[in-house]
Amino acid sequence: MSKAVMEHADAADVFNKDESYVDWHDETLWFVRTKRDKSSKLLPEWENLRETASQIKNYVLSHMDELLETFEKNAKANGIHVHWAADAAEHNEIVLAILKQHNVDRMIKSKSMLTEECHMNDFLTKNGIEVIDTDLGERIVQLRNEPPSHIVLPAIHLKKKDIGDLFHEHLGTDAGATDPQYLTEAARQHLRDKFLTRKAALTGVNFAIAETGGFVVCTNEGNADMGAHLADVHIACMGFEKLIPLQAHLGVFLRLLARSATGQPVTTYSSHFKSPREGQEMHLVIVDNGRSAQLGRADFRNSLKCIRCGACMNTCPVYRRSGGHSYHNAVAGPIGSILAPNLDMTKNADLPFASTLCGSCTNVCPVKIDIHDQLYKWRQVLVQGGHVPQVKEIGVKAMSMVLSQPRFYQWSGRLGRSVMRTLPFMVNNSLNPWFKQREMPEPPKESFRDWYVRNRE
Amino acid sequence: MSSREKILQQIKLNKPTGSVLPLQYTYESDYENTEAKFKEILEAIYTEVIVVDSLADLKIKVDEMYAGVVNKATTIPELADWADFSLQMADPHELEMIEVAILQAEFGVAENGAVWISDNHLQHRALPFITQNLAFVIPRNALVNNMHDAYKRLTDTTGWGCFIAGPSKTADIEQSLVIGAHGARSMVIFLVEN
Repeated sequence: MSKAVMEHADAADVFNKDESYVDWHDETLWFVRTKRDKSSKLLPEWENLRETASQIKNYVLSHMDELLETFEKNAKANGIHVHWAADAAEHNEIVLAILKQHNVDRMIKSKSMLTEECHMNDFLTKNGIEVIDTDLGERIVQLRNEPPSHIVLPAIHLKKKDIGDLFHEHLGTDAGATDPQYLTEAARQHLRDKFLTRKAALTGVNFAIAETGGFVVCTNEGNADMGAHLADVHIACMGFEKLIPLQAHLGVFLRLLARSATGQPVTTYSSHFKSPREGQEMHLVIVDNGRSAQLGRADFRNSLKCIRCGACMNTCPVYRRSGGHSYHNAVAGPIGSILAPNLDMTKNADLPFASTLCGSCTNVCPVKIDIHDQLYKWRQVLVQGGHVPQVKEIGVKAMSMVLSQPRFYQWSGRLGRSVMRTLPFMVNNSLNPWFKQREMPEPPKESFRDWYVRNRE
Repeated sequence: MSSREKILQQIKLNKPTGSVLPLQYTYESDYENTEAKFKEILEAIYTEVIVVDSLADLKIKVDEMYAGVVNKATTIPELADWADFSLQMADPHELEMIEVAILQAEFGVAENGAVWISDNHLQHRALPFITQNLAFVIPRNALVNNMHDAYKRLTDTTGWGCFIAGPSKTADIEQSLVIGAHGARSMVIFLVEN
């Protein structure tokens, strides 16, 4: 986590050093994408569901303030303590204050990408709080002192041997053991002890329902429920865009979420929290952290419709071959690349360029976010704002000069073709990024334009 | 200005102009046989569905299935003799010893095998998660086709409820499916005719 931040392309270079590893990563994620396809095709109404979900979320974006106020009123009536955090720092302070108030210095946590975005674990650790992630994948990356590389599959970048070695070191499993069943059992025993001894549990929120003042948390492992129902204090953290108007709308979203994520018809547990159990305290932290600014960017506000299924990552040819950590952001992949520049344009200027703009992300998105269009639009905003490295800018300017002057374009085409023919080493070298992992094409004898002029008759 | 006011004000300023909610947000699923679909989906997620005639028959069935098992708990009065673990405690941590729990639940959903259970049926929310093995009992006629139907039926206004579909699972190690992550290691659903 403390490693210096590398640009996406450089980090992808490192990721690509081991070809068989990249192939494995690529195929594993494509397998998940295939499961999504099979599962979605079983529902004849799939496309209608996507459109409906998209419209509901559009409504949410345009009524966000009213819905939040209704939600808050109902949540409070249910006995939930509601907090508001303008940014990551305030979110972290709120969580710390709740823990201090209860004299708690050890907390368990189920998956919450928001707390990753806020770097909450680091903050709490520095303040003397031990935080243990209870989702298996998240526990694995936590023990490795790494962030998750995927929002749904946090340890998808690791082989079972890596995990076997890690568990041998930290959980005392047999040296060399790699059986997933055995390793999962070891984690179950290790974490059950934490569930039984921790007084505070933090969870994320998948959906918050304005109508009922309740929220829904989805897991396959059951870790959110194990934590929340045993702890004296339950803290749930959400970005404000998690809101939906009606409980009945969950019918649409729960049908889409797991099918898009892993191809399951639904997650094992879809837990509906509305009020604390007797003797328990329930807190809900509503976080902005740049979301209200994003809401004001007409071209990019749709990114706030995201329900965090990860389908865009699984399908993305760049994500599959560069790995989640290359994106140096809590949310990786195509959706992360349109969310991250809003948080920090300078630091994340490389991310919208980590795409081929093939559009596959947009095609699989269950709430129909125009992801690849936004990637394209962010590139323009970032270049105009001077956030893109000069080399890229010079390249783009040179390209635009050539392309805007037909004669110059024809001349440079001829020059290029003759250079490739007579002096191939000028382009077939490591200074030319196009030459990496490819052979340069045989240069044609003439351009299409020359051919057309000759053959016009 | 508090963060609450600041956030709400910024949202008011920045939100797009109003769009309307879609009028249709429910869809029908057309299954030839809802119960057969329910069974088929649950089999795929390692869950057995057993039909019994009555609660008396259920008692005979579970006596046979769980013979020799200790630390059995139930919320079903007719199975009181079968259970050897009382749920009358204040602290849910004590549930940790439970080997198998047979719990009354409300209804099931055919499209995904989920079963709805809530505070209405439980004095301890932790119970369906902390027990090593889990069984639900629902009326045979309490099956709906899909999640839209489920929410139409869901008039539950209690403080907590959950759709549970099969045993706890994970695929976080190289995408290999492992049953029994943190919650129940196995799941059985009894459909009671009468």
